[in-house]
Amino acid sequence: MYRYDNYDQTLVSERVEQFRDQVNRRVAGELSEDEFKPLRLMNGLYLQLHAYMLRIAVPYGTLSTVQLRKLAEIARRYDKGYGHFTTRQNLQFNWIRLEDTPDILAALATVEMHAIQTSGNCIRNVTADHFAGVAGDEIEDPRIYCEIIRQWSTFHPEFSFLPRKFKIAVTGSPHDRAAVKVHDIGLRMHRNEAGEIGFEVLVGGGQGRTPVIAKTIRPFLPKRHLLSYLEAILRIYNQLGRRDNLYKSRIKILVDSVGIDRFTQLVEEEWQQIRDGYLDLPVAEIERIRGFFAPPPYRTLDAPVPEYEGALRRDFRFARWVRTNVTPHKRPGYAIVTLSLKPTGGIPGDATDAQMDAVADLADRYGFGEVRVSHEQNLVLPDVAQADLHELWKLLETLELATPNVGLAGDIIACPGLDYCALANARSIPVAQQISKHFSDLTKLLDIGELKIKISGCINACGHHHVGHIGILGVDKHGSEFYQITLGGSADENASIGEIVGPSFGATEVVDAVETIIDTYLHVRADGERFLDTYRRIGIKPFKEKLYAAH
Amino acid sequence: MPLIRATGLVDDPWLSVPEEEPLPEAGAVIVTLARWQANRDQLAARPTPLGLRLKSDQPPSLIAGDIERFDIIALEFPKFTNGRAYSSARLLRERYGFRGELRAVGNVLRDQLAFMRRCGFDSFEIPPQVDAAAWLSSLGGISVVYQPATDERASALTLRHGAPEGQGRGDARAHSRDPVAPTRSTATRVG
Repeated sequence: MYRYDNYDQTLVSERVEQFRDQVNRRVAGELSEDEFKPLRLMNGLYLQLHAYMLRIAVPYGTLSTVQLRKLAEIARRYDKGYGHFTTRQNLQFNWIRLEDTPDILAALATVEMHAIQTSGNCIRNVTADHFAGVAGDEIEDPRIYCEIIRQWSTFHPEFSFLPRKFKIAVTGSPHDRAAVKVHDIGLRMHRNEAGEIGFEVLVGGGQGRTPVIAKTIRPFLPKRHLLSYLEAILRIYNQLGRRDNLYKSRIKILVDSVGIDRFTQLVEEEWQQIRDGYLDLPVAEIERIRGFFAPPPYRTLDAPVPEYEGALRRDFRFARWVRTNVTPHKRPGYAIVTLSLKPTGGIPGDATDAQMDAVADLADRYGFGEVRVSHEQNLVLPDVAQADLHELWKLLETLELATPNVGLAGDIIACPGLDYCALANARSIPVAQQISKHFSDLTKLLDIGELKIKISGCINACGHHHVGHIGILGVDKHGSEFYQITLGGSADENASIGEIVGPSFGATEVVDAVETIIDTYLHVRADGERFLDTYRRIGIKPFKEKLYAAH
Repeated sequence: MPLIRATGLVDDPWLSVPEEEPLPEAGAVIVTLARWQANRDQLAARPTPLGLRLKSDQPPSLIAGDIERFDIIALEFPKFTNGRAYSSARLLRERYGFRGELRAVGNVLRDQLAFMRRCGFDSFEIPPQVDAAAWLSSLGGISVVYQPATDERASALTLRHGAPEGQGRGDARAHSRDPVAPTRSTATRVG
């Protein structure tokens, strides 16, 4: 993975001291909260309902075990012994004292981490496929380009006060696990007819109040033009994006209002002015960064692996876990393991300091010292030999990290909601917990099959409800928590926005509603048909009829 | 309003004349875009230096052909969160070749000076009664830059690959002049 050189380290260390000075000015009363706010928001520090929350960047979701142990140490020392992995592949600490933040950032800087641009109207942490580098269908490792974008966007002097926050995601595989179509800019690597690898550039996707699927602005962009093209898009957005209304300031609204053709023309004209200039990516820099993402020293393994195959036959519970939580690896004899941070009745995405330490140990023992954070709020061990899977699984069980529910109804994405967040209208976590408990029967879960349930506590959609197969949105109705349900959303290469099923449900009715939806599906599905396939075949009407039949 | 440059507090020789106020007969004045558009010839004929003030929604393309008429252009930040003028500044310097003084006016915050300077601003209107020295110290907080900008500071990328001097785009940054000095945009940078 990427390692800092002197330039990277100097920048991050100087940033710590700069922020220390700003915090000191705040603590000494030289700065009011109003004056301090823009400064802390440049550094991922939010004032939530009960305490400060610090959001730490995990660039493109890749962590070393050294970094993960440092996060565990911070959780232990400065928080209440846990952290929360987010849909932006970041980590949030929810119980931070302002006075401690400079020391926390200094501790992070010792392991090449920071909280830069994890908040504010700037280019946020660039996200990527959490299976980058190991997925069988990958064309090229997207993290090379994520790191290039991370550096270019860090303290970008022109784009630090955009109309609104700006999110970029990159996938290097045809199967999109990075949800690029619901990002401000999505980059999809592919080969053109000449066999060269470049990017399809998509723009104007997003969730929030106005969910939109991104549109293609350029079908093929050669790699060397990556930064000049991004700069052209950002410059047009910075100049023309609305600033009068918070809810109309994302790039998707601009693209919609001028039209994709006109927007494309504006960007292309701007790009013609700056292309082939100082933003041209030198091959030497691409290769320097590629070197950091070179494959680890894999052993040449024979597949199939007899002890693994044997364990699959002998141990039904192991086989069940493999079926959901293990993904084929590009190398024979290796596997990708997803550690579910969704124990039955648990809080999606939370991990304790002990779990973080233990995962780091396992990643060292059974991998090459690397851990991934997925936007679906799970952790991933990317390089496990199949021969080690059974042993690893037994250890994960003792850590409560082996719930066999990845991709199933128990693998719920949820934002922190009204338990923590000052913006929320309703709680998300208890709803996730109730659904998780209700669908805790593993046989039933497997029978239901692939189902993505996503819960947001407000219209900002941090829980990605618009792209959930079943989406749940918390709304406030005369001071009570209600939940609106959408069906048929998806964030992959066939992305779609969920459709609202009808009037919202009270907090005590949500689980029943989800059950009714699932029962309806089970009743009408064709052989081997996933929930989303069935929904796309039969539409919303049958679900609506069942849900509101009694009313 | 007090005015600072990288060197410290400076006197402001310019008079900024709002839309509705009459223009003094002589002296260095900064006029609004509307006044310039309505009275171009008259303003151009004045013997004294002329400046222009652009609101954040008035892009530099509106005055692309008139750049050389102005000795100073003041760009407004109506709120510190409105970052349009950063783009305007870069376009004025890099695309339209503006070499005069580029001044940040409006809601200018201490912790934004470094970004402004990187985009080509060289003077800043600051609130009364602030410590100008402390404000200027925030210009030096971060010594590494990751991307090329108007100030021609060498980016980490350029420094890593040690581009030799005078061999094409980007390498000017490895041997930059005073980063505060207004720089002439050249063909090498607009490609």
